Order: sequence, then structure tokens, then C-alpha cells
Amino acid sequence: MASPSTPVDLAAAMVTTVPALADWLVILPTALMILAGAALMMIRKSVRLHAVIAIAALVLLVLIDALLLWQVSSSGPVTMTMGGWLPPFGISFTADMFGAVMALVSALAALSAAVYSLRDIDASGLRHGFFAFLLLLMAGVSGAFLTGDIFNLYVWFEVLLISSFGLLILGSEPKQIEGALKYAILNLIGTTLFLITVGYLYAIFGTLNMADIARKAGALRGVTENAPPLMTLTALFVLAFCMKAAAFPVNFWLPASYHTPRITVSALFGGLLTKVGIYALIRVTIMLVPVEREAISLVVAASAVLTMILGALGALAQNDLRRMVGYVVIVGIGNMLAGVAIGSPTSVSGAILYALHSIVTMTALYLVVGEAGRLAGTFELSRLGGLWSRAPWFSFASLTLMLAAAGLPPLSGLWPKVMLLKASLDIGAWWLAIAILVSAFLVTLALARVFLLAFWRPAPEGMDQSLPETDWRSVLPIGLLSALVLVFGVYPEPLLALGQAAADGLADPSAYIRSVFPTGAAP
Amino acid sequence: MEILFTGLIGLFFAAAVYLMLSKFTIRILLGIVLLGNGVNLLLFTAGRITREVPPIIPADASTLGSVAANPLPQALILTAIVISFSFFAFLLVLTWRAFEELGTDSTDEMLLAEPRDEPLPPTGY
Repeated sequence: MASPSTPVDLAAAMVTTVPALADWLVILPTALMILAGAALMMIRKSVRLHAVIAIAALVLLVLIDALLLWQVSSSGPVTMTMGGWLPPFGISFTADMFGAVMALVSALAALSAAVYSLRDIDASGLRHGFFAFLLLLMAGVSGAFLTGDIFNLYVWFEVLLISSFGLLILGSEPKQIEGALKYAILNLIGTTLFLITVGYLYAIFGTLNMADIARKAGALRGVTENAPPLMTLTALFVLAFCMKAAAFPVNFWLPASYHTPRITVSALFGGLLTKVGIYALIRVTIMLVPVEREAISLVVAASAVLTMILGALGALAQNDLRRMVGYVVIVGIGNMLAGVAIGSPTSVSGAILYALHSIVTMTALYLVVGEAGRLAGTFELSRLGGLWSRAPWFSFASLTLMLAAAGLPPLSGLWPKVMLLKASLDIGAWWLAIAILVSAFLVTLALARVFLLAFWRPAPEGMDQSLPETDWRSVLPIGLLSALVLVFGVYPEPLLALGQAAADGLADPSAYIRSVFPTGAAP
Repeated sequence: MEILFTGLIGLFFAAAVYLMLSKFTIRILLGIVLLGNGVNLLLFTAGRITREVPPIIPADASTLGSVAANPLPQALILTAIVISFSFFAFLLVLTWRAFEELGTDSTDEMLLAEPRDEPLPPTGY
């Protein structure tokens, strides 16, 4: 007996229309990186093909991210939901201005690092899967920037974390293993904390979709009887993301590990990983729980001040260039945290611009340090010297990048700092403004000293002058990144407008929500 | 049942924190394993523990009643178990290699990457 089939209304639970071609842009970056990374793993032994495939994939990634940014800026946030389930049941990928611009800039940084790696990574590093890990790391980074689901964000965190382990121990030196152990343990505790928080979040909101959470947070805040523990949630999120972002006092894994791997790997980490933490912090605290963030802003501000000042003092005290740059990364994190602590549109756009500037500058600064170390055969400030006469153009680019990292005009570091200063003075937080200025001054001292000693000073007696000169593999990435720094420094209007649009999109996420729930369907 | 599990999770967390505060890598590692399992149990318990009730939403409701366990946290745990297990495997090898290469399992004595008597940068030109 065949029972008559009952028609099922799929439209109640499934997306029935074919997604627009432009929607595919939001998952392409991640999908491309995973596929290319998997392909490289399959041809592990054909070392010669690795660089070609990886660099082609990264160029494609830059193009896709640029297209996505163009799409987002011309017609608002783009959403695609996996499996065709209607959100919030399917996992959504949503790109808004903030995510798209972060993805684009990080792809540029990764491409530069990949070009530099052609000289830095030897055949053994390639056989151990340098490029495969690099692409998977970028899958994690792009996924974290573009996902619209908070548990999915956790998964991308883990993807980039496990790839970063692979990159960190490339070479298997005892030093690297020690650094990797500290890095791995502390980061793992951080992501576990994030997982706990996601669990609590689901218990409170009953959803993991960020647009859905943003939509429901207002109503939940009104509940007075059995009030949901949103404060606990926010505090846990801030702690977990501060651990990822290397904010004081949970940042000791960074100076312990970032100077141990190959310099390309340091550049990637210093440019990208901490910024993913900052991205998640801004995304969650500014967009999802702005009221609760306000309540703990003083704690975040105190952490920001300490991160900045202690980072700058750390940078002053280092003899090893790689360790010094690690501390400069930390100073930048302090600045971005200050933006999060203030929370006004100006400060958030300042923090976003600072993150973009920091991705470019820190990647480039590590590459500069790597190149200086390669030319001189040492990373120690006390033994470096004479680089100006050996490589004048490289020295010029290095000076540009150092001034940018210190936040001096006319380079890209100036504008975010000005915005953060203005925002902190606007709310009367003069001590925050002083901390930003003092830390910038200390970083200027530390970097100027590097230039003075390593570049200007005549080469010390007995320094090996025979090491190979710079060639295109280091000139191209450092040149590209310094050009970006210079262009955004002297012609900042487009980027300022972009940062403003990104901050506005976070302060008022209605466009983001509309993109995920077009009909405004009942929750 | 949930109350019992809550106490158990508390024990897991307490033991994990205690172990992670140790300076020996193998104890830290055990602490991390306990922490991961504690978190998994936490999510599992938060999604209600019931027996033999399929999580089917009745036709006249839009959310699951409180008789059945919420299946989503269980799906989250499946992901988290896979991730934490693979991390544990990696960390175990890393710890072993660290013991082989550095000859110690005490984090106080791991001073290769951050030597104690590192020289200060030059103060003069």
C-alpha cells in the first residue's frame, strides 16, 4: 500500500532561490584556500610546484577579496548560508565592510610574506609543508573574518591555530620547540575559554548566528526577572579574545615564541594572528554586547594602557631585533584595545584603521628585520651595522616602515593614532591619551635606535660583508608594503571613509541583520 | 542528574586549573585534557540530559519543549572533541620532543628562547 505523498513546504526551512553569483564571493576565499592547501598536501614531494601554486592561489585570493570588498561597499553586506537552510539554522557566512577590508589587507600581507619566503624557506621547510600550512592558515584567517556564526568563528580560530603550530616548528630547532610549547599551551587555553563562552552564549540566546544575536540582545537586556548573565558572557569573551590578541596581562606567549620561527612565519604571525583576536573582540563587544562592554570599559582601558607602556618598555630593552618587533606588535594591540575601550564611532574606526595599518606594517617590519639579519648574519643590535651603505633602497624602505610603526607623519600610522587621541580626549580620558603618546614616543626611540645602530653606524670590525645582496624576492614584498603605508599616509581619505563605514556598520548592525534575514522573518 | 553533573564539572575544572598551574609540562598537558573534557561535559549538561526522547518540535510549537535534550550542544561537542583530541595529540608529541631536545620537563628551566642573562642593547653609538 503506497501512501499518498504529502507535499512538504520546503520554503519554511530552506532557501529555495538560487543564490546570486555575487553571494559566492563570501565563501570563495576560504574554499579556495582549503582546496589549494589540500592540493599542496597531496603533492607534498613535488617541492618545486608548491611556490607556484601557493602564490597563484594567494594572488587569486587578493583578487577575490578585492571583488568582495567592492561588492560590499557598493551594495551592502553579503550573506550566504550553508546547506540551503534558512538562517539561523544554517551556518551563515556574512561579509560586511569590516570583515571584507580585514580579509583583503591580510591577503595582501600573506602574499607579500609568500614572495619573501621564496628565499627564506629552504627545501626541507617546503617538504614539511610550509606553503600548505600557509594556505590553511589563510583559510582560517579569511574564515574568521567572513563568518557570521560564532561557533564557526571558534572553528576558524582552531584551524588557524593548528596551522600556526605547523609553521612555528618548521625547522625543529630546540628553541622553536620551546617557543611553540609555550605558544600552543596558552593559545589552547584561550580558545577553550572561547568555547566555554560560546556554550553560555547558546544557553542564553538559543542561537549562534551573530545577526540573530544582535537582533535578540536588545529584548533580552530588558528582562529584569531572572536577568540573563550577559555581563559574565562579555567578561569571558573579552578575556578569551584578549588572550588571542596578546593584551597584558595575558600576552606572555608572544614575546616567548614570535622570535623563534623562520622570519616569514614571524611576519605572518605578527601581521595576522593577533589582529584576528582584535577583530573578534571588536565584532563581539561592539556589535553584539555594546551595553555590557561599556560597563567593563575601564578594565579594558587599564589593560590597554599597561599593554602599550609595558610593550614599549619591552621594545626598548631588547638586543635581538626579532624580539623587539614582537614588543612593537604588542604596543599596537594596546592602541587597538584603547579604541575598543572607548567605544565611540571615532575610536572604533580608529581601532579598525590601526588594525589594518598594523597588519601591513608589522608584516613588513618583520621582513625588514629578516632581511637585515640575512645581510649582516646576525639579529643582535650590538653587532649589526653598515646596512645603509650596502643596501640604500632597502634602508630607505625600512626607515619608512619604522616611522610608520612609530606613528609619525606622513605615514599610515599617524591617522589611527590621531583618531584614537581625539576619541579619548572627547570623553575626557586624558590618561589614555597620555599613554598613547608616551608609548608612541618610546617606540620611536626604540626604532630610531635600530636605524641608528644597524643602518647608519659603519659596519663593525670583522663583520661578514660577503653574504648575498638583496634581490627581488625581498625587494618586492617590502616595497609593496611600504608603498601601501606611504599611500595611506599621504592620501588617507578613502581609507578613513572605509574605516568610518566599517565602524558605522558595527554600531548599527541593521544592514548586517537585513542581509542575513532579508524578510525580517520572526525570530 | 544535571546537579550531579554540575558538581562533576566543577571537579574537572578545579583539577584542570590545579594541574595547569604546575611548572611541569606533562602535568600542564593533563590539565589541558581535563579542561577540554570539562568544557565538553559543561556544554553537554547545559543542553539538558534526558533519555530516549527524540528532539522533535511539535507541530503547534516553534521551539523544543523541555522534555527532550537540545541536540545542538551535542553537535558542538562532537566538533570540540575532534578538535581537542587532535590538539592533544599534537601537544603530546611536542612535549615529548621538548623533553628530548631540551632535556627537561620543567618550564622554569626552558630558557633557550628567553635566556636569563640576555645582554642589553648598546647604550652608545
